[in-house]
Parts: sequence; C-alpha cells; structure tokens
Amino acid sequence: MNVIVCIKQVPNTTDVKIDPVTNTLIRDGVESVINPFDAYAIEEGVRLKERFGGKVTVISMGPPQAENALKEAISLGCDEAVLVSDRKFAGSDTWATSYTLSCAIKKVGNYDIILCGKQASDGDTAQVGPGISTHLDIPQVTYVKKIEDIKDNKARVDRMTEEGYDVLETPLPCLLTVVKEINTPRMPSLKGMMKAKSAQVAKWNAGDIEADPKSIGLDGSPTRVVRIFTPPPRKGGEIIKGETSQIAQELVQLLKDIVI
Amino acid sequence: MDYLFNEQQKMVQELARKIAREKIKPVAAKYDESEEFAWDIMKVIADSDLFGVYIPEQYGGLGGGIVEMCIVAEEFSRACGAIALGFAGTGLGTFPILLYGSDEQKKKYLTRVAKGTVAAFCITEAEAGSDAGSIKTTARKEGDYYILNGTKQWITNAGEADIYTVIAMTDKSKGARGASAFIVEKGMKGVEFGQKEKKLGIRASATREVIFTDCKVPKENLLSREGMGFIVAMKTFDSSRPGVAAQAVGIAQGALDEAVAYSRKRVQFGQSISSFQAIQHMLADMATQTEAARALVYASARMVDSGAKNVSKESAMAKLFASDTAMKVTVDAVQILGGYGYMRDYPVEKYMRDAKITQIYEGTNQIQRNVIAANLIKESIKAD
Repeated sequence: MNVIVCIKQVPNTTDVKIDPVTNTLIRDGVESVINPFDAYAIEEGVRLKERFGGKVTVISMGPPQAENALKEAISLGCDEAVLVSDRKFAGSDTWATSYTLSCAIKKVGNYDIILCGKQASDGDTAQVGPGISTHLDIPQVTYVKKIEDIKDNKARVDRMTEEGYDVLETPLPCLLTVVKEINTPRMPSLKGMMKAKSAQVAKWNAGDIEADPKSIGLDGSPTRVVRIFTPPPRKGGEIIKGETSQIAQELVQLLKDIVI
Repeated sequence: MDYLFNEQQKMVQELARKIAREKIKPVAAKYDESEEFAWDIMKVIADSDLFGVYIPEQYGGLGGGIVEMCIVAEEFSRACGAIALGFAGTGLGTFPILLYGSDEQKKKYLTRVAKGTVAAFCITEAEAGSDAGSIKTTARKEGDYYILNGTKQWITNAGEADIYTVIAMTDKSKGARGASAFIVEKGMKGVEFGQKEKKLGIRASATREVIFTDCKVPKENLLSREGMGFIVAMKTFDSSRPGVAAQAVGIAQGALDEAVAYSRKRVQFGQSISSFQAIQHMLADMATQTEAARALVYASARMVDSGAKNVSKESAMAKLFASDTAMKVTVDAVQILGGYGYMRDYPVEKYMRDAKITQIYEGTNQIQRNVIAANLIKESIKAD
C-alpha cells in the first residue's frame, strides 16, 4: 500500500487578514503550520501504512520554507517528502496547483491512494484534491470519515454527508479527501523528530516534473480574483415571544411573507 | 534563560512542552477531581518515546540522562504535577536498575520502561520513612528464590506499575547494612495493593500500599548483592532528587504563568492589577525564585550526568530550594488571583496543593538540610 499525502503550509491563525490593495493574505509575522485538515490526512496515511504496509510519501507545493511542514510530516511517520517549488508556480489558482501536484505525483509514481485534507484553512476552496484526481483521471471520494477496508484492489470508505454518511466502494488507485472525524492525529515521536532532522526533502522544480509551461503559475490559472472582502457580520435574528400556538402562527405568517 | 541545552535536549523540551500543552493541561483538572491514573496520557507519552529519554540506546532509549529526565518532568509538571509523576515516579523505580542492574536485568526491564511500562520504587513503610534503616519488610532466601514479606506504604504508581524495585531486609541483625534491593513484577504471586490513598494534592497520581505475602522472587532479581539495598536507595535518591526539583520548578512555573496572565486581565480601580506595583513585585520575586531554582536543577542534573562521585549535597540543594520555591510561588499565585485563586474552578489552588508534596517526598526538606550539612562538615574535615 503506497500512499501519497498532499499537504499545504498555511498561516497559523483563524483570523486571517487580507491586504486590501493586492487582495492577498497578509502572511508577515504569522507562524506557518501544516494545514489542520492535512494533519488528518497525514495521520490516516501513516495508519494505512501500519495496517497494510508500504510507504507514505508526502508532497507539498509551496515556497522553500514549506520544507519545515514536510519535515514535520516525517516526524509524524511519513517516509519520504517532496517539495515542489519554483518561482514559475507563483500565482497558481486551484486548477494550476492541482495540475502541478498531479505532475509531481506522476513522477513519484506507483501509488495506491492519494490523501488530501478536505480543504485548506486559508483558501477554503476544497478544490485542489478533486482537481488532482481529475488531472490524473482516477476516482475520488471527498469528505471521507472512515476507511473501512482495502482489499482486492478496492477501497470501502464512509463519506460524510449532511444527514449521515454514504458507504462507497472505489477501485484503486483513488484520491480521498478526509474530514476531521476520521482520526485523532498523534503527537510526533522523538525518533520521528530525529529522523526528520536528518531527512532529505527532494526538491523538484517545473522542469523536474515535466510540467507544461502554459499550464502552471498565473498563465495556467483561469481564475481571476476580482475582489476579496470580509462579509459583514450576520444580523441577529428576530425572536418571537408569547404562547406556543401564537408563536407558531406568527412564524408561519413570517415565512409566508418572505415566500418560501 | 538559556541553559545551553544541546540539539537533542531542545527537541525533548519541544516535544514535552507540546504534549503538556495540548494533551495534559486540558485534562489536569478532570483527573485531579476523579483521582484516576491518566493512562490515556501515559500512552501518548510512551508513543512519543519520552519514557526512554534517560534509558541508554542499547536498551531502546534515547541515551540521555538526568538533564533529559528533568526537562520532561519540568514541562509536564508545568501542566500537571500529578500526571507528570507517572513519568517521574517511573524514573525513581527505574534508577536502581539503571545504576545497579546486571546486563541481563537491564535488557529485561529497561527495554520495557523505554516502551512505556510504568515502574515504582518501594522503600517507605509505616515506621520507616526518612529512617530507612528501620525497614521491616524481609526477604528470606530459599533455594532459587527470595521470599518477601511486609507492607510498603505510600508507594507512587502502586497498582498501575508493572515493575517495582523493593528494599527489604535480608539480614536484620546488620541494620541498614542488612538491606537488599529486588526487582518485583506486578504479576508475581504474593503481591497485592492496598486502598488508594486520599491526598491533598497530586491526586491523579496513584498512591497505595504494596503488600508482600510470601512473595516468591527469583534470585536473579536481586539487584547488585545482598546488603547493598541501602546504598542502592541512597544513590537512587542522589540521581532522582533533581527530578523532584524539576517537578517543583514546573509546578512553580505553571502557577506563575497563570498569575501573570490573570493579573493582565483582572481590572480593579479602572486598571489591570498588573499595573500595580504591589502585584508587580510579587510577580518579579516569583519569577526570579523560579529561575534560580531552575538554574540549580539543571546544574545539579549536569553534575549527576557528568558521573561525579558524590552528588548528594548538590542534588539535595536542588530538591530543597526548588520545592520550597514551588510552595512559596504557588501560595503567592493563589494570593494574586484572590478569591478566584481559592476556587477550584481556577487552576492555581491545584498547583498549591500539588507543590506541598515536593517538600515532603524523596526525603523531607529537613532531611535534605541534614544531607547538605553532613556533606559540608565532611568536606571541611577533609580539607583540614
């Protein structure tokens, strides 16, 4: 069972500030961490290795400092790490990013399962995972909360839905994006930390992964960000008081008024 | 302050701090209330390899020493001095094997401790605490076994630990020179545990009697040789006292952290109480005393690790000063939080309750002063 885990380094804050001029995130002075959702993907990858054997390769596309996130992934049990980094990738949207990562994954080769967090805590798009599976033309299951079993070259997984969950079976290789319900990530171990310290992170640029120059970076990105803004806070709702029957009538009337 | 830790020690500190903050701190109050042994946390500590920081590499550990042990004890105690004791009490139970075990014994037991098996040290009895010479538990040799009889009291980790190092008398007529040390396993016939004691502090730590009734211990479980029990115990304490001191420093630091944070938030007379000089001076003293205690802890721990022949005085000084500091700092932390500090909804009263034991166990602070004075006088005589 060879697993590839895709991770992103994100600012360690839930209170992300946006530069009003460039419409990009202000990252200065903010500590970088592994995207919290990707931590579940790392843990699940390591658990798959413990259940079925094989190895876990962790990949990140990002600036040189993303190497720290990859080393942390090694301290948590991943075996090999690849940093996909090139100035030419600057300005990539989710389409170009998923294309770039898919090129790197092809270069790693020989994989059974690709794991991603359901989304990144900074961009919140949840598009890169599905994008990778599209570029690789392999099946995908999003919002996976449990990997029930893997046998006969098939994976049986539980996909979280708003009402409950679906049980799905997919042939391998496949891509799964995971939700936080899937596991509790472990603490790093001393032996893992020491391994991470001396670990060599492979560094691949656009040429190394044989990416089509027209499909990467800003040129490969069909998305144009027109404006990013903080939505105004929601106004408090109206509270109807009185006898239960009276409240019900009033509520029905209000709903009728706004035409459902 | 920078204690010039090497790369490995910094890594140990980083990891221990992370576990303390993310895993121990959130459950400290819960376990204090329920008085249960925090097995889920022990599992986390074991999986992180921290149980093995002071175990040699050849027995599956990290190959560190007392400094590493103190770093972990301090960081854990900053979150909870009781849960930290699952780790530190295991150290106390393991040192006799580390210091006096044969290669066979080390292979058999240290490898297990490195993987997270909890250990305990059994010396104290109802009538033998500081006066270790009056131990009543006996070990009688019969063929390939020693038969142990007697009751050990207030044993940290009792019932939870799988490995017990026990001091028992093999020859009563010789007094302290008639004591011997044994490794006893939980599963051996004739080992039982008394009721869990109800304590002022460190309530998440298990403290029970260990009762031996015709307990058959294989003769290969004798540590060193007959008659060495008292020396094994004293050398164990010389090595373990910096660990108790580190626990005390952690408790003091945890209480100080809470006091500083609270003083910035608490508003009286229209301003935060941290702007009042009366509070500032208290905080300044607490911080200075804690740092001084820490300096003594790591200086004495380094001395033990250096292989110095006699470390009794220095490790006693560290234990004495750090535990007295922990008591004072935690009392002051409660004072700074005022009425809130006295409430169990706030964490500082627990630090105060937990601090008290560090002045009592592994030799009361009165005994520490005896040790320091005795060594002072001995050194002076030698210099004459």
